[in-house]
This record gives sequence, structure tokens and C-alpha cells, in this order.
Amino acid sequence: MLTKRIIPCLDIIKRRVTKGVRFLNNIDLGDPVEMAVRYSEGGCDELVVYDITASAEGRPIDIGMVREVARAVRIPFAVGGGISTLGDMSRVLLAGAEKISVNSLAVKNPEIISGGAKAFGSQCIVLGMDPAATPDTARCPSGYEVTTRGFRERTGLDAVAWAKRAEELGAGEIVVNSVDADGTRAGFELTITRLIAEAVSVPVVASGGAGCAAHLRDAFNLAHADAAIVAGILHTGEITLRQIKDELHAEGIPVRMTW
Amino acid sequence: MIAIIDYKAGNLTSVRLAFGALGCEALVTSDPQAILAADRVVFPGVGAAGAAMWNLADLTLIAPIKEVASRGTPFLGICLGTQILFDSSEEDGGTTTLGILPGRVPRFRPSNRWDKVPQIGWNQVAQARRHPLLDGIPDNGEFYFVHSFYPAPADPALAIGLTGYAGVSFASMVGRANVAATQFHPEKSGRIGLRLLDNFTRWTPTPDV
Repeated sequence: MLTKRIIPCLDIIKRRVTKGVRFLNNIDLGDPVEMAVRYSEGGCDELVVYDITASAEGRPIDIGMVREVARAVRIPFAVGGGISTLGDMSRVLLAGAEKISVNSLAVKNPEIISGGAKAFGSQCIVLGMDPAATPDTARCPSGYEVTTRGFRERTGLDAVAWAKRAEELGAGEIVVNSVDADGTRAGFELTITRLIAEAVSVPVVASGGAGCAAHLRDAFNLAHADAAIVAGILHTGEITLRQIKDELHAEGIPVRMTW
Repeated sequence: MIAIIDYKAGNLTSVRLAFGALGCEALVTSDPQAILAADRVVFPGVGAAGAAMWNLADLTLIAPIKEVASRGTPFLGICLGTQILFDSSEEDGGTTTLGILPGRVPRFRPSNRWDKVPQIGWNQVAQARRHPLLDGIPDNGEFYFVHSFYPAPADPALAIGLTGYAGVSFASMVGRANVAATQFHPEKSGRIGLRLLDNFTRWTPTPDV
């Protein structure tokens, strides 16, 4: 049986892992390569590394860091931030990443998804999206609107419609990172995660809001996520991957228990 | 020396790095002579079958791949490399592939809405038979998969490992004589994946295995 994936997320600013609430008040948490190795040895199923300021600063991703992570771990990892061309995608894959995550640049230029899927295969093109709840259901019937650039811009795009469009364009996986839940540790935003999981036939990753193992259980059982991203609670050491997996396993959720 | 065949289908760095972690020299190459001269050949790849076949033809790699696979050189297919060893793939509207192993490569057609395609993640590999590449690897050990299509060998005896997904039990590892091939990514499958690659570097195939 396919197991549910638990994916630590490393947000990078200037080659340091940082964590903030809703992209504000970022604090330094450590070296990305050391943390990638620690989580890999601790039993994570995959990693995601976001160069979170690359897009806003209009510069390409830090490819040297991607290479170092690839050299250090033997599990898959996705890379996002500052990917705007097929050349950028090719460089990230050749540096050893398994997947490329596109987010705000895909909103401006959806053809990056189809171009990437055609050139490298859908399975390595991940659409990341940052939906926020909106009262404007005339424009966004799902009640959720896609935002971009570190949640600073609203796009007018309905989150579910955008997920379906991205799937049609060739995205092989969709990360639903709730703006409202991000950094709160109050649990994933189950409503939009489930709406998107129902709407698309590709895997959906829940992101933003993990505070304990029960939150992951709910993302898997109630929102039908295929994977969940965890950041703050792991970074601070409040809980380990082993503890999360033990709890999920005890609840009957399929997770990888030996590594 | 291990040759990793480069046919512009991604993922080669992680394969090279995995062999590097085992202390083995592996050359990423699209030179037919280097592939023919190699002690061992790895045929990896991610991407689409149609583009892969076009690239292989363009790089004049089809004949050398068929030659090393037929003359006993230890040969390991991975993911897309495994799929295009078969006769045909449903991908890209139907693609004729290398025909080194008999069989075809259909797409997952899940009847359950929650079985997503592609399959992405760690799934168990049940060992259908003993094979030197699985030495030291537990039965039902978990490996990392990323794929929408899967091997369906014409002869079930080709299956070395079986994995269940989207209502089918498919051959996640196949092999005959000197050719072994995995749908999963050993280079991305942590400790047990490295063990499989380590076994490959020491594998002396026998014609009947």
C-alpha cells in the first residue's frame, strides 16, 4: 500500500533555514544541508526546499545549495523559488532534485507548467499554491482565492479552478499551502485541501498549520491529502518524525516505519 | 567502470551521486563507445516515453543499448529506463519502445477517486522470487515511486518484485539474465535503495536468473 508522506519544509533565506508566521518575523534555524541530513536520517519521506526570496528578488534559485542537498541525502526532494524558465528547471533537475515547484511565476505564466511537463514529465512538476479564504464568492466560487509572492498579492483566481487548470497543463502534484493556517499550528486548512483533492486526479499535499500528529491524521483522513508538509514543530524539536509516525501508525494510517 | 546512459531524460545526477556515496566511479555518458566498453550499464530516466525514444534514436544509442543488454553486461533499468525496455508504452498516444523485454506499459486507471495518478511516494515491494540485487533487503521493504505508467511483462516469470497500487498488482521490479530493472527509484530510496545499488555493483549475472 502506498504510504502517506511526511515532508519537512525548509524555507531558505541567504542559505539559512528560516521560519516565520505568514512570511513575517523570520528567525534563523540552521544550515539547510545539515537539517536535510538530520530529517532524512530521522525518517522523513521527502523534503522540500524553498528559496523563499528568490522570486520576490527576481533572481534565479541558489543552485549551489540544491547541489549540496543532493549530495547529502538519498531521498527525493523538491525545490521551489525563482524558477521562471525551462532552463531553470533543467538546472534544478541536473543538480539532483527530484521535482520542481512553481508557484507565483506559474500564475503569471501558466505555460511554464505545460512546457516543464512536456520537457521533463508531469511527475516532476509540482504546482505550489497559496490560497486564502475570501468572501468574494462571485469571483471565487470555492471561497478561496490564490495569492502570490509571499501572500502579498491577491490574484482573483479561484483556488479550485486554478488547481484544475494546473492539472490540465500537466502539473503532477499540487501543494495547497493555506495562507490562513500557515504558521499558526492550529491544524491544516481542511476545507480547501479537501476541495482540491476532490477536484484533481493528481496527488495533493497539505501545507501550513501543522501543530501535532493529529493534524496530519485529519489532513489524511478528512481532507484526503496524499502527503503533508511539516515545518515549525519539527524545526523547534517539539516533536520528532518518529513520534509523528508512531502516532499515525497507531491510528491505522499507512506510513513508512523503517528507514 | 559503470556507465549511466545520458539521453536527456533528467535524474542522472542523483543516480551518479548514489554510486558516488558507495565509492563507485560512474560515468554519465551518451557516447555509444563508452557504453559498449563499460563493465556495467545503468539506464535511468524520468520523463515521457515518446521524447525518450526520439532522443535515443537521435543519439544513436538504441543499437548499443540492445547490444549490452543481449551480451551479458550487468544492466540496470530505472523508472522510465525500465518502461522503455518493453515492447510498447501507452504514453504519448502509444510509443513503440526498445523490445528488450516482452510486454507493454499501460497507464494506471484507478476506479477509486483517491488513488491519484501519478503514484508518488513509498510503497512496498513484495519479492516474487530471490534475486541477487535484493540480497539483504527485507521482503515488503518500501521504495520510492514516481510514475503514471507501469510495467506489464508478457511473461509473469519476469517479475522479481510486485507492488499494489490503483487496483493492480504490478511488476515493480523485473529481470531476465543480465538485465534487471526497477520501476521505483533505488537512488532515492534511502538505505535499502543504496543496498540494491551496492548489490548491482557486485552482481555477476548468470544466464538463467
